Amino acid sequence: MAQPYREKIDKMSSEVVDSNPYSRLMALKKMGIVNNYEDIKNQSVIIVGLGGIGSVAAEMLTRCGVGKLLLFDYDTVEIANMNRLFFRPDQAGLSKTKAAEQTLQHINPDVSFETYNYNITTIDSFEHFKSRIEKGGIVPDTPVSLVLGCVDNFEARTAINQACLELNRSWMESGVSENAISGHIQFIVPGETACFQCVPPLIVASGIDERTLKREGVCAASLPTTMGIVAGMLIQNTLKYLLKFGEVSYLLGYNALLDYFPKDNIKPNPECSNSICVKQQKAYQEYLKSLPPPVAVVQEPQTKPSTENEWGIELVEDEQPTTATSTKPSNTQFEYTYEKKPTVQVNEETKVKVNESSLEDLMAQLKGLKK
Amino acid sequence: MDNQTKQTVAQIPLLTVKAGPRDGDQWIERLKEEYQALIGYVEINKKADNDWFTIESNPMGTRWQGKCWYIYNFKKYEFDLEFDMPVTYPETAPELAIPELEGKTEKMYRGGKICLTVHFKPLWARNVPHFGIAHALALGLAPWLAAEVPHLVDNGMIKHHEDK
Ligand SMILES: [Zn+2]
Repeated sequence: MAQPYREKIDKMSSEVVDSNPYSRLMALKKMGIVNNYEDIKNQSVIIVGLGGIGSVAAEMLTRCGVGKLLLFDYDTVEIANMNRLFFRPDQAGLSKTKAAEQTLQHINPDVSFETYNYNITTIDSFEHFKSRIEKGGIVPDTPVSLVLGCVDNFEARTAINQACLELNRSWMESGVSENAISGHIQFIVPGETACFQCVPPLIVASGIDERTLKREGVCAASLPTTMGIVAGMLIQNTLKYLLKFGEVSYLLGYNALLDYFPKDNIKPNPECSNSICVKQQKAYQEYLKSLPPPVAVVQEPQTKPSTENEWGIELVEDEQPTTATSTKPSNTQFEYTYEKKPTVQVNEETKVKVNESSLEDLMAQLKGLKK
Repeated sequence: MDNQTKQTVAQIPLLTVKAGPRDGDQWIERLKEEYQALIGYVEINKKADNDWFTIESNPMGTRWQGKCWYIYNFKKYEFDLEFDMPVTYPETAPELAIPELEGKTEKMYRGGKICLTVHFKPLWARNVPHFGIAHALALGLAPWLAAEVPHLVDNGMIKHHEDK
């Protein structure tokens, strides 16, 4: 591996000299945008999936000086990935996790890394993945600060959702449509917002008829632009959440054809198919009840001064802590990928009849059908 | 989806136990249903003279292996089939893989996982937990083989073992 180009830096400085990699970031503090920028060193982030979004997200966090990154992916770098950012042709054949660690460690020697080259949806890997969420923080045996889902398939998203629900950890999901012209990010807080399984997967309305899309011959298209933009949206939201500035978005979309960025909140579904989600929802409602009664909030007039109220004071009553109002997107710019209604009917006639046979008997019976 | 597939799928028994490989005894109950439905499906195929796969699992039902084949121009093309049970099963379908065809067709993800049609996943999701492995094979793998094998043969990407 290449020699480090600089020593590790213990304390981020805002001194403006050519050799200080953090001067422009610490300037955010001087300008009053982020009051605690150096807190980023205490943050640890899991990134699942090092494709066109995840690898770029990892680079952004590395350059921002995040304390620790835990990278998960089971793919190798391919020449077919070169239409996306981050990986280089000379890394073809390397595992994405190792290739990423090499590049990122060189860019910023202050970041510490853990990398795992496996598929989180298999039984054994899943338990290990969960233990890293729970114990992979900067202080050993403490949870990580945030989990980012940058995967390209439903199975892996559902597995991240399951792990985060079981551990009651917040995570952010991201994705780009298969036709590469839209994308979204979603911040999921167990019990408080819709989880990934509460509603069918959402996509940003593209404004084109999906049926006219030519799909023959390929699984998915990809553009470095769309993926780079979504990675930027994801890490912007991550920084806001970790460093507590601005407003964290719950659901933010990007429609590339119309250059539209719809924003929404989705409430958790009390009938979510994931029972742990339902449990977390109840726990969150209990928590809300345990809060002291809402206090009247005094607000400064915002954009237009009220003429009816000479003090410009408003009383806001019983404000809901979550702004989500519905389990459906209120914004027509988001669409469900499919309906929830089943297409089959289970009754005595159609249902499988399991007799008294043991599992071993049934296994032998199926084997016996081989000619 | 073609009518033939629809008709066949309608005959496969529906499953009722919503349990995945991390659910202990409930998973064993689900596995029994899986095997019973597979036995039913193989019998349907044999009756219709359309036997086209074999499948078996490890004792815990977490890893599955078998063979699948397709007849094209009177020749039988056979492939090894494998998949892992995802932790989120049956909420998500298993990702069926034919590793020996990796790199030979674009309708495949890394590791030889077959690229399913846009119809498959929504259909699976809407019917959780009633579809099982038999449904995944009938709705996912069978149409995939029917579309891809002729294409692979015509383009010379695969050869019948007698023509090698
Ligand atoms: Zn949910």
